[in-house]
Amino acid sequence: MTPQGKPAVFLERAHYRQRRLGDAARCLPVLGVVLWLIPLLWQTNGDAAQSNAGTLTYIFVIWVVLIVLAAVLARVLPDADTTPDPTQR
Amino acid sequence: MVSFNVLILVSLTYVAALFFVAFLAEQRAAEGRGNWLRSPVIYTLSLSIYCTAWTFYGAVGYAARSGLEFVTIYLGPTLVMVGWWWLLRRLVRIGRAQRITSIADLISSRFGKSRRLGVIVTLIAVIAATPYIALQIQSVTLSLAVFAEAEGAIWTDSDFARAAMWFAGGLAVFTILFGTRNLDANERHHGIVMAIAVEAVVKLIALLAVGIFVVWGLGGGPSQMMATIDAADLDLWDQDAGRWVGLIFVSSAAFICLPRMFQVMVVENDDEGHLRLASWAFPAYLFAMSLFVVPIAVIGLELMPAGSNPDLFVLTLPLSQGANGLAMLAFLGGFSSATSMVIVAAIALATMVSNHIVVPLWLAMRDDSQGAMSGDVRQITLLARRLSIAGVLALGFVYYRLSGGGTALAAIGLISFAGSVQVLPALVGGIFWRGATRPGAAAALLTGLLVWLWAMFLPSFGPGAVIPQGVMDAGPFGIAWLRPQALFGITGLDPLVHGILWSMLLNTGALVGVSLVTFPTPLERLQGAQFVNVFDHSTGARTWSRSVADAEDLLLMSQRIIGSTEAQRIFAREAIQQGKPGQLPEATPDFIARLERDLAGSVGAATAHAMIGQLTGGSGVSVEDLIAVADEAAQILEYSNRLEAKSAEQEATARALREANAKLTAISIQKDAFLSQISHELRTPMTSIRSFSEILRDADMSAADHSRYAGIILEESIRLSRLLDDLLDLSVLENGQVVLRPQTGRLPALLDRAVSAAGLQGRNLHLRRDPAAEDIDITTDLDRLVQVFINLISNAAKYCDAKQPELTIRVSSAKGQHRIDFLDNGIGIAAQNQDLIFEKFSRLADESKAGGAGLGLAICREIMHRLGGDITYLPGTSGTAFRVTLPLAV
Repeated sequence: MTPQGKPAVFLERAHYRQRRLGDAARCLPVLGVVLWLIPLLWQTNGDAAQSNAGTLTYIFVIWVVLIVLAAVLARVLPDADTTPDPTQR
Repeated sequence: MVSFNVLILVSLTYVAALFFVAFLAEQRAAEGRGNWLRSPVIYTLSLSIYCTAWTFYGAVGYAARSGLEFVTIYLGPTLVMVGWWWLLRRLVRIGRAQRITSIADLISSRFGKSRRLGVIVTLIAVIAATPYIALQIQSVTLSLAVFAEAEGAIWTDSDFARAAMWFAGGLAVFTILFGTRNLDANERHHGIVMAIAVEAVVKLIALLAVGIFVVWGLGGGPSQMMATIDAADLDLWDQDAGRWVGLIFVSSAAFICLPRMFQVMVVENDDEGHLRLASWAFPAYLFAMSLFVVPIAVIGLELMPAGSNPDLFVLTLPLSQGANGLAMLAFLGGFSSATSMVIVAAIALATMVSNHIVVPLWLAMRDDSQGAMSGDVRQITLLARRLSIAGVLALGFVYYRLSGGGTALAAIGLISFAGSVQVLPALVGGIFWRGATRPGAAAALLTGLLVWLWAMFLPSFGPGAVIPQGVMDAGPFGIAWLRPQALFGITGLDPLVHGILWSMLLNTGALVGVSLVTFPTPLERLQGAQFVNVFDHSTGARTWSRSVADAEDLLLMSQRIIGSTEAQRIFAREAIQQGKPGQLPEATPDFIARLERDLAGSVGAATAHAMIGQLTGGSGVSVEDLIAVADEAAQILEYSNRLEAKSAEQEATARALREANAKLTAISIQKDAFLSQISHELRTPMTSIRSFSEILRDADMSAADHSRYAGIILEESIRLSRLLDDLLDLSVLENGQVVLRPQTGRLPALLDRAVSAAGLQGRNLHLRRDPAAEDIDITTDLDRLVQVFINLISNAAKYCDAKQPELTIRVSSAKGQHRIDFLDNGIGIAAQNQDLIFEKFSRLADESKAGGAGLGLAICREIMHRLGGDITYLPGTSGTAFRVTLPLAV
């Protein structure tokens, strides 16, 4: 068991998993930013240019992906009460 | 055609329904049956005030003008919501733990409860929100005008003004009615939140309905719609990267910093867990609101006559197609969007204005000596809120009228966003960085405000309106690098991107730079630690509803503090009062207040408040609470220190008393022994006197016998009086009452006197003296000294048992003393008895030889002590030897 007052160096597996879920939750907006900036790299003129509908679809599909991921994470993320503030482990 | 009067009737009915919903929700909440009011769904829907009339009407117009750029306004909040674990969770936790009432309160509280920071944030918020409120008024009047126009009435300026006034006035009444009813610490408005949730549903349904009508009714289904979009004249993706990134940033930041968003997201939040649902459900709501924007814009551009306002396509498209019911629904949707935004913004701004400007001013102006003012403050706060709400709406109305309600107003939405965002560096810095200081935050806010005013807000009134064209082109006083839209000489940037870039860079720079070189106050450091480490310091929201579980917790805590009997008695009494004997009472506010008072009696007011607060509000202990607790603890400590000192003092006294008692007891024992000795000594002669007197009285006897017996009686009487004389003498000496009469005399004369008085007649004691040594002067009480000599000489005569008794008197001087030794040639005194002989009534030889009471040597020692000398037994001689010492004459 962990001695009182001093956090353990290693966490048991379940707790470790919970922390990684918290990391995933933090990564989600970064993922969203990156994916939504990608259209800026597309060519806007010429034959290779994306169509109006293509760009529109891309942005909205990313949106749905983010919503679904957030919903999944919201279900599996640990209870806010039981998890202390994340430390770098 | 929809009759304009029908429209007004429907609007009024709708407003009445809102009143009813709000009223019902308030009532439920007041009855404590409002659990469903605190559901995560309601919370999520209340967040929808982000989608104002600007969204409802403006998004389509935005898309028609700038393509997909409109979507950035919804992408930003989506990113913030899906990243709730990072920022929002922390913000909501801090808001609950610190009982934050507004974003100004958060900033002020974080930086050591600074009133100035609160004022700055309030100013920023009011300046930034006023155009936005004007925008809502404009959209409602415009949409009304559309219906009027459809009836053939072209609205004039006065019509617009009248409609705007009615709208603003009605909103003010509603907001004052439901926004300033309660003034509790939590600042939650159940009625308002409920009304907003209803409006959220209405506007979503309205927009979806229009969208479905457009896609399936006019566009021929999704796939055909996509083809139409592709073929449209509109270029959806002609995107400037700076604007795309900048707008996503501004919208996400504004989502956090807008006073109204902060109000619903943090202040009205009942349970941190609600964020869990909102994290994906609110992005889904935004998604749904945005989904049909592009199709409506494309079809609108296609079907509507050229030059018609794309901002009103949502309304005009159904109208032009004869879908009057749909148009009515769309109008209600827009109306809902506008009203909900204005209501919450007015409440949030009014809270800030009253808490940070009006009430502090009022308190500062009035006499401080009037201590008890809580009731007054409550009244004045409510009044300030009401006036502030009216004031905020009046500002919006005035702005609307001054700006002329043209397209210039539509552009101001983003500028307004950028203004609110100036709070972001101080906010994020404050909750993540303990090093952020109050001067840093103030510098950041002021810098941001100035840059925003100069580069974005003032130019927004149009060239030459506020800032002259010359200044726009050449800079103030010809300083080129201060040109409002080309700061530091960097030209060619989009004005919006330019303003956001510089304001945020300078703002953040000021925060970091000034914070690094300044030092925070203690309260600031405490608050900083509380904010940054909020997850270490506070417990989260409770998952159970506040009913029996709360009462149980309260009981447990009370038992720990005041003992189980007393706690259970209080709870039982309360349960009986609530009409449910035998059960746990409801944790009503009244009961909690009473309980707190009861507990305060045991642990102090501040501690009781903090403990109760922990259980009931789920809120943390504020710094003031902590300081008060510390004060109480210090007082208790001091008190116990005083007690300890007192008890030590008492113990010392008790010890002294015990010692005195022991001394007294010992003295009493001594006295008893002395008395019994005396009685014994007195009784012996008395007995013989009595018996011989009886013989003399009763018996016939010869004259010889008669005279012999009388002689015995006389002898005994003499002995008795001698004993009494001795006792008296000793008592006088011991009490120190003796008066010494110092005289100077020759020692040989003194010794002669003593020898002659010692009654040596009939005893063959041989005296050996040394006249040469004796020849000294002595200055002391000579009579007393002689008395000692007599005693010693007669003792030697009495007790010396040698065949030829001899007494040698030696005189010498040493160590500043005269020594007069009396040595006889008897057997001496055994070593163990040498100390005893100076005690009272001590007699070593058998009594027959004594003839004294054993007081002689005791008296001698007392005398010698009085005379400043001593008398000791001198061991180591063949016989008995006493040494009398006297100080040499001065």
